[in-house]
Amino acid sequence: MTFHTKLILQVISYIGLALSFIPALLVFGGLLSKEVYFHLMVTGMLLWFGTAIFWIRKDHQV
Amino acid sequence: MSTETQSTPASVHTRTKSTLIERLDALYEYDREPVDENKLQGWWTFIAMFASEHIAGTEFVLGTLLVMHGVTAVDVFGGLALGNLLAVLSWVFMCAPIAVKERLTIYWQIRKIAGPYLTILYSGLFALILCLLAGSMVNVSTTAVTLPLHIPSPNYAAGQTVPSISWILIAIGVGTAIAVLAVLGFERLAHFAKVVAPWMPFVFVSGAIASLPSLGVTGLGNFWQIANEKIWTGAAYPGQMQYGFWHCVGLAWLCNIAQHIGMGDVTIFRYARKWQMGFCSAFGMFIGHYIAWICSGVLCAAFIHSQRAAGVTDPNPTPGNIAMFGAGYAGIVCALLAGWTTANPTLYRAGLAFQVATPNWRRWAVTMAAGVIMVVTACIPAVLHYLDRIVAYYGLFFMPLGAFIFIDFWLFPRLGLTRYYAERKGLLMSWPAAVGWFGSFGISFLLYAKDHYEFMNWVNPRLPVFLANYKADLLLLALPAWIIAVMLYTVCSIIQQRIFPVVPKEA
Repeated sequence: MTFHTKLILQVISYIGLALSFIPALLVFGGLLSKEVYFHLMVTGMLLWFGTAIFWIRKDHQV
Repeated sequence: MSTETQSTPASVHTRTKSTLIERLDALYEYDREPVDENKLQGWWTFIAMFASEHIAGTEFVLGTLLVMHGVTAVDVFGGLALGNLLAVLSWVFMCAPIAVKERLTIYWQIRKIAGPYLTILYSGLFALILCLLAGSMVNVSTTAVTLPLHIPSPNYAAGQTVPSISWILIAIGVGTAIAVLAVLGFERLAHFAKVVAPWMPFVFVSGAIASLPSLGVTGLGNFWQIANEKIWTGAAYPGQMQYGFWHCVGLAWLCNIAQHIGMGDVTIFRYARKWQMGFCSAFGMFIGHYIAWICSGVLCAAFIHSQRAAGVTDPNPTPGNIAMFGAGYAGIVCALLAGWTTANPTLYRAGLAFQVATPNWRRWAVTMAAGVIMVVTACIPAVLHYLDRIVAYYGLFFMPLGAFIFIDFWLFPRLGLTRYYAERKGLLMSWPAAVGWFGSFGISFLLYAKDHYEFMNWVNPRLPVFLANYKADLLLLALPAWIIAVMLYTVCSIIQQRIFPVVPKEA
């Protein structure tokens, strides 16, 4: 995997994590409905799993 | 072992036992020597390992149980902080220093101190409890799978002690899938578990934050008031024991006691460059056993509150239900994966330990047999309902052997006693270790059971007044149990080594 490919995958993964957290703050602040929040959580999950599996290292020797 | 050369009946009997020991040794042969310098790992390895291993499906359960046991917000925030701090310090000052000096697995440490027979017993019983814990994790995953299929999970608190047939079939399916995957591709699944780990805490935290408005929390200003009035109310649910501050401390400290004070994690920390890396355990404790427990408590209270508002008389805060309530389908996936990714390595380790007793079985067959025990456990709703008690029993039972390792390392040289006495004398079993192990657990159980189990009511009238008045709780027995174990083991070792000293040639 090239450096740039890995970087792009990592950026998408972190966007996924952000989508798994920021919408909850918006629900708390009354700025987002719970239905939209649920959809964004699923989107964040798909982004994370779709990309992180390619760049997170396999297990160490411990 | 060099005991038998003739095939007399007695020697055949001895040979059977001897080959069992040999098989066990052979299974762990690879780990017999201390870890090489070039295999030592840095800080990030241990941070990643602890952060990923200590956020499991059971976090959905234990945070919920604290709510149902009627703790207050101060109990949870303060008690869990103190308990987790004690756990971290136990890893730092008890487990890690011995691990980096000896660089041996727990198996070989116990083998040298307690002899092969007790090591086999430890291994077998540990495998059983691992199956039980894996079963509780399958139960968590099953509650997530059954929810979208509209199959209700059993509500133990409401008297449903047996799940429905359809629920059992789903549990068998989930358990079988976990067992088969454990056999087929452990390495790949271990990698997948590592990918899941960073995402799960976000789901816990997001679910809790998004659920707070349904409890009436409008900002940080009224959070504490609502937390005390609607989440951690200080009043136990019907049928639950009342917990307080020290129960929170005890649960947080006890739930991994087999790993830190019990020394199970010397197997991991033998790869550490220095003992200070024991502090990495803080990432596991404070993410998994602090933040996640608090979040699952919020999710539980919010779920129950909303269900009661909707007219449900007996809300059932299963992991699947509270995860769905807090984070929708992402929450369902989180509950499923939290159970699965931790049940998988747990089952694998159980299979490894069971393999000792089944020499002619292939690894897949042993793992599947362990899987059967796991699935049966998963179908018992009482296991999740009493998970905190089960975890406490598990900790108290396995902790004494770690206490012996600690004492053998630090105290024995100062008392002029020989270290690794059982190994140097070639003993099959160390009787001081047996007395210390079963004595510590037996006394601890007696102190707890005399006030909590009807069949033990006969004990109190026969005890001295100060002991009869001592109301021990299982979660508060870690320190007394450790002291009893250490005292019994040390006194018995002094007697043993005075009677049969190690001559210089043996030492």
